[in-house]
Amino acid sequence: MPTFVYMTRCDGCGQCVDICPSDIMHIDTTIRRAYNIEPNMCWECYSCVKACPHNAIDVRGYADFAPLGHSVRVRRDEEKGVIAWRIIFRNGEKDMNLLAPITTKPWGQCTPKLKDAPAPSKDMRDSQLLFNEPKYIRLDDGGLHTLESNGLKMQAGVCY
Amino acid sequence: MAYKTIIEDGIDVLVVGAGLGGTGAAFEARYWGQDKKIVIAEKANIDRSGAVAQGLYAINCYMGTRFGENKPEDHVRYARIDLMGMVREDLLFDMARHVDSAVHQFEEWGLPLMRNPKTGAYQREGRWQIMIHGESYKPIVAEAAKKSADKVFNRICVTHLLMDESKPNRVAGAVGFNVRTGNYHVFKSKTVIVAAGGASNIYKPRSVGEGAGRVWYAPWSSGSAYGLLIGAGAKMTQMENRIVLARFKDGYGPVGAYFLHLKTYTQNCNGEEYESKWWPQLQEMVGKEYLDPELSHRTHRPIPTCLRNHALINEVNAGRGPIHMVTMEAFQDPHLEEIGWHNFLGMTVGQAVLWAATDVDPKNENPELTTSEPYVMGSHATGCGAWCSGPEDVSPPEYFWGYNRMTTVEGLFGAGDAVGGTPHAFSSGSFTEGRLAAKAACQYIDDGKAEGIRVSDTQIERRRAEIYKPMEHYRVYRNEITAGSVNPNYINPRQGLDRLQKLMDEYCGGVTVSYMTNDKLLNIGLKKMKILEEDLEKLAAENIHELLRAWELKHRHLTSEAVMHHTLFRKETRWPGYYYRGDALKVDDENWHVLTVSRRDPETGEYTMEKAPCYHLVEA
Ligand SMILES: Cc1cc2nc3c(=O)[nH]c(=O)nc-3n(C[C@H](O)[C@H](O)[C@H](O)COP(=O)(O)OP(=O)(O)OC[C@H]3O[C@@H](n4cnc5c(N)ncnc54)[C@H](O)[C@@H]3O)c2cc1C
Ligand code: SF4
Ligand code: SF4
Repeated sequence: MPTFVYMTRCDGCGQCVDICPSDIMHIDTTIRRAYNIEPNMCWECYSCVKACPHNAIDVRGYADFAPLGHSVRVRRDEEKGVIAWRIIFRNGEKDMNLLAPITTKPWGQCTPKLKDAPAPSKDMRDSQLLFNEPKYIRLDDGGLHTLESNGLKMQAGVCY
Repeated sequence: MAYKTIIEDGIDVLVVGAGLGGTGAAFEARYWGQDKKIVIAEKANIDRSGAVAQGLYAINCYMGTRFGENKPEDHVRYARIDLMGMVREDLLFDMARHVDSAVHQFEEWGLPLMRNPKTGAYQREGRWQIMIHGESYKPIVAEAAKKSADKVFNRICVTHLLMDESKPNRVAGAVGFNVRTGNYHVFKSKTVIVAAGGASNIYKPRSVGEGAGRVWYAPWSSGSAYGLLIGAGAKMTQMENRIVLARFKDGYGPVGAYFLHLKTYTQNCNGEEYESKWWPQLQEMVGKEYLDPELSHRTHRPIPTCLRNHALINEVNAGRGPIHMVTMEAFQDPHLEEIGWHNFLGMTVGQAVLWAATDVDPKNENPELTTSEPYVMGSHATGCGAWCSGPEDVSPPEYFWGYNRMTTVEGLFGAGDAVGGTPHAFSSGSFTEGRLAAKAACQYIDDGKAEGIRVSDTQIERRRAEIYKPMEHYRVYRNEITAGSVNPNYINPRQGLDRLQKLMDEYCGGVTVSYMTNDKLLNIGLKKMKILEEDLEKLAAENIHELLRAWELKHRHLTSEAVMHHTLFRKETRWPGYYYRGDALKVDDENWHVLTVSRRDPETGEYTMEKAPCYHLVEA
């Protein structure tokens, strides 16, 4: 399902170029619009489709196994925190709208800045604990599991 | 060539590849190294890079100790049986005891985790999987990594690690080039955490032509984690343990939620259950210890993924294909139908596109399943990767050399697909491994282990020349021919990739030979692999984008060669359904209940193979 770009909608802004994990959305130097330079390295991941501010990118099923005439469109709204999909079958008999949340928090505000977190103590450094542990493992006062606490040992040989 | 050399000096922790493992590493490194310089070098854009670019609909590794669900050792036992015994149980236990703390933080950062309305616990898909609305999983973890890192270099394809010249076998940073500007980037660093992901596109894919990008693991998973580590002389383990996946045909849509949550099941073309009839024959190959359907039925011990593949492959070869997933019952429930579609839109949109294109409505028609070409990675139901040290309080002496998740090269750490012997880590476990590696890397520096590192200009210049050689080669020989891509002096990256895929497919158990190989085939394959290596010296890249593909190919080649050596070394068929050694068609616990470890000498390219003991977690 490689991507293609509608001539009349693309303004060459480059958002798709910036995001494509496969480095295959490029701006054509003559027409100054984006296109997929290597469709057989496209994962139809929709990252570019979601990123395009003009909805200029669409997907057409891989020629070797997907017949023409279907449509899977998407609109991702960061502010509302939702993503909306519309799927239309080739025969037109099925037309689905699906909506899902993408985040429960305002963007970028709830990830911590660890530079400002209280520095770990020497005890903590010498322990097996990571940031926010042991609290965040079970969200109670329990400690980290160890071989000792769980009555286990490592033994060489065959065991099923 | 006019490309600039850009040197980033004085780095403490360099994270190479920021997918799930790398974002975890960058995030956590800041806590243990508040005054340290933390830098990310990533070949794409960390907001949407790696295997999780399009999102995920489940977190496949969550213990739920908080809800009284599982203990870490339960997960270890599960991974052990699923991988036919061949796992690093110290690393697995360590990952499992920390993984929940990562997931609880994801929820705090905004990742929508579904809750079971009755119990209030996270909505389970299966014993280990929880359901999420994970379209933005990657941008959310990227945000945390960006807040921690001093600098994020997007669009840098890292090609090599730098080695210290004052102490042998110690890392000193990495080099690569900018995929946009073409500039040469040098990162001098005290420690490096490689989290550059697993490998797709090593075996000839089932899809052809335009559809060749429709692989299960992302087409940009270039095996760079392995290529970089092998190239630096790090020891690798379990590289023979590639994975084959039973997935929806052509679209490769995941089946986990379908089996576990939607309770769909498989049948052959005649509508019959087929798996159980293959069990007696298979039991003779692997022994009752690994396949005991009655016991599995009684105790819910899973039947290993590879063995279920075996049944599917054999049923098809017996002429009773295709195998269907019976969705028509579950999909009558509109709620389950919606989940079935969301599951694809959240992580494999292509499957939804395919069903829309072929008018397959799973409510009225049971879709086809098939087995994929093999993949080399280490965080799903398979454990390829580097031979790493475990944590001090768990690991036996053979598995411990000082720092958690450190490879056999000093100061060089791994996370996610890069670490061997740790299957079933998935996204959350990979992130957790990144965190563990980051803490250990900071300790390594604080212990004074990274003092006196020296990198000469000669080393930097040598790598520079090597990196741009494919462009130089193109420039020199291009005008010898009129036009086109056929040139007696070079091959382009696509031509090289086609050759690699064909050779892995035919000699190392790909899909066209029904996953079969033997020592004769492997020896021929290895010879051809060496010749391909010579030809890769004559790779030609017309532009920077092709240069990216050239280096991805070189990493894939190094990975593949390791896979062949390991497959040849392990003289048994440990995972029927992933691959078969026709000359040793049984599980051989007497000789091969061991982990395989390899090292490629960076100077000579010679491989040495050894066996390492397999330790299991048992009651004290
Ligand atoms: C279709 C699919 C479905 C999955 N479903 C689930 C699921 O439901 N639940 C779950 O928990 N897990 C799931 N997984 C597994 C999960 O995605 C992986 O386990 C995890 O992403 C592995 O993490 P990693 O960091 O090793 O690799 P990745 O996340 O792939 O990260 C590797 C990073 O390295 C970068 N890189 C590669 N080469 C270079 C280079 N040369 N230089 C610089 N950077 C480089 C890449 O761009 C990328 O950012 C799924 C995976 C796939 C493909
Ligand atoms: S993001 Fe959209 S508008 Fe911008 S270059 Fe790409 S296709 Fe064109
Ligand atoms: S769908 Fe994904 S891989 Fe394909 S062009 Fe868009 S971003 Fe790139």
